[in-house]
Amino acid sequence: MPASPDEIRAGLAEILQEVADVSPEDVVDAKSFTDDLDVDSLSMVEVAMAAEEKFGVKIPDDELPKLKTVGDAVSFIQSNA
Amino acid sequence: MTDEIVVTGVGATTPLGGDVKSTWDAMLNGRSGVTAVPEDWPADMAVRIAARMAVEPADLLPRAQARRMDRAQQAAIVAADEAWADAGFVGTTLDNGLVPERVAVVIGTGIGGVGSLIAQHDVILERGPTKVSPMLIPMDMPNGPAAYVGLKIGARAGVFTPVSACASGAEAIAYGLDLLQLDRADLVVVGGTEALIHPLTISGFAQMRAMSTRNDDPTGASRPFDRDRDGFVIGEGAGALVLERRGDAEARGRPPYAVLAGAGITSDSHHITAPDPTGSGQQRAMRLAVSRSGLSPADVVHVNAHATSTPAGDMGEARAAAALFGEQIVVTATKSMTGHLIGAAGAVESIATVLTVRDDVVPPTINLQHPDDELCVDVPTQTRSMPVPAAICNSFGFGGHNASVLFRKA
Repeated sequence: MPASPDEIRAGLAEILQEVADVSPEDVVDAKSFTDDLDVDSLSMVEVAMAAEEKFGVKIPDDELPKLKTVGDAVSFIQSNA
Repeated sequence: MTDEIVVTGVGATTPLGGDVKSTWDAMLNGRSGVTAVPEDWPADMAVRIAARMAVEPADLLPRAQARRMDRAQQAAIVAADEAWADAGFVGTTLDNGLVPERVAVVIGTGIGGVGSLIAQHDVILERGPTKVSPMLIPMDMPNGPAAYVGLKIGARAGVFTPVSACASGAEAIAYGLDLLQLDRADLVVVGGTEALIHPLTISGFAQMRAMSTRNDDPTGASRPFDRDRDGFVIGEGAGALVLERRGDAEARGRPPYAVLAGAGITSDSHHITAPDPTGSGQQRAMRLAVSRSGLSPADVVHVNAHATSTPAGDMGEARAAAALFGEQIVVTATKSMTGHLIGAAGAVESIATVLTVRDDVVPPTINLQHPDDELCVDVPTQTRSMPVPAAICNSFGFGGHNASVLFRKA
């Protein structure tokens, strides 16, 4: 069964805490990875690598820059997992 | 003279302690930081001893920051943080009214983030290229420690990384002096860092027959100048010093530890790893440091030696020091306690030299039970209190690098 948006968001929160010390309560759809959560481009690659493993999804290189907010990532993972 | 360059802050993390105070106290108490390597390392390794940092540097840093950094970078940040605070600064250059474009960093390393490189090589072999960390290159690059320190304090006059094996830390101090005397900066954070304790690197050194195999006696293994010395003991850690002009320090109301009065760098052009047995390059480095300081050899009463406990190296350095300063020169080898910190050695030993000059006390050389028959200088085996108006710290490295820095009383 595919993961629900809530499950994806919670999974991303775990990854973001591990990679960039982001508090789980800050991981809400409207937040921008770079502007709000202070995740730089190198850490975004790490987040994407971990998300690919966690959710069994492939995030192509040309898609990654489009995932600007937590909500963008949740929808991408949900539609592609 | 307001143009004197002074040391106003020191910081270190070493096998003897997680800061300068604990390291210095351990040195004055003649304590060794050498221990056995983990038991799960390959059983057939000839060398099974090392001097790991007493305090894990990652434990002192925010977790997300630490995981982006190689261990050598973590150590450099810990040492630089301490030196920066010790010099009276909180936050960045701008927070302290400094001009970022006039603040530089020079942090040397022998080999950079080799631990991260090896770990990611395991990843590519076991899990493939798409699993390699995007942090690999910034973690591995030798300029990473200097760059991270510059990033943290906000240094924009340049961040530099001398890479000259075991002379890297002392060369960094010499370059820091240059930057200030050439008026290319008003303040420089200098130092060295190293973290290369791994079966691969140790095996490389061991295959050169450069390391002690006194595995059954870790604390007795590093024994510079002793007739039974059989090689160096690998260590890890970092040291950092804040250098600035005396006038600036006085204006900030900061008492200097010591004056960095001179430095000398030479190269042997003799052999890729073996020191020149005549010690002429080493002697020239010391002589340059003395002449640049405006002192005479007679003013220098103490040498914190490079002396790593190898059969070939120690006596050449002792002879070079005796030839320049006379046989009464008081020499110590703190590597007997710390092991050999490679690119951090010159920085940590310079801090010891600075404290020797400030406090008039020479730390002992431990394990010197049977002095080499050819030992021609005065090597205390107990802590010795004596007036130390000026002292030299030597660092020599594979490649034929010789660096000497001279400190005198402030």
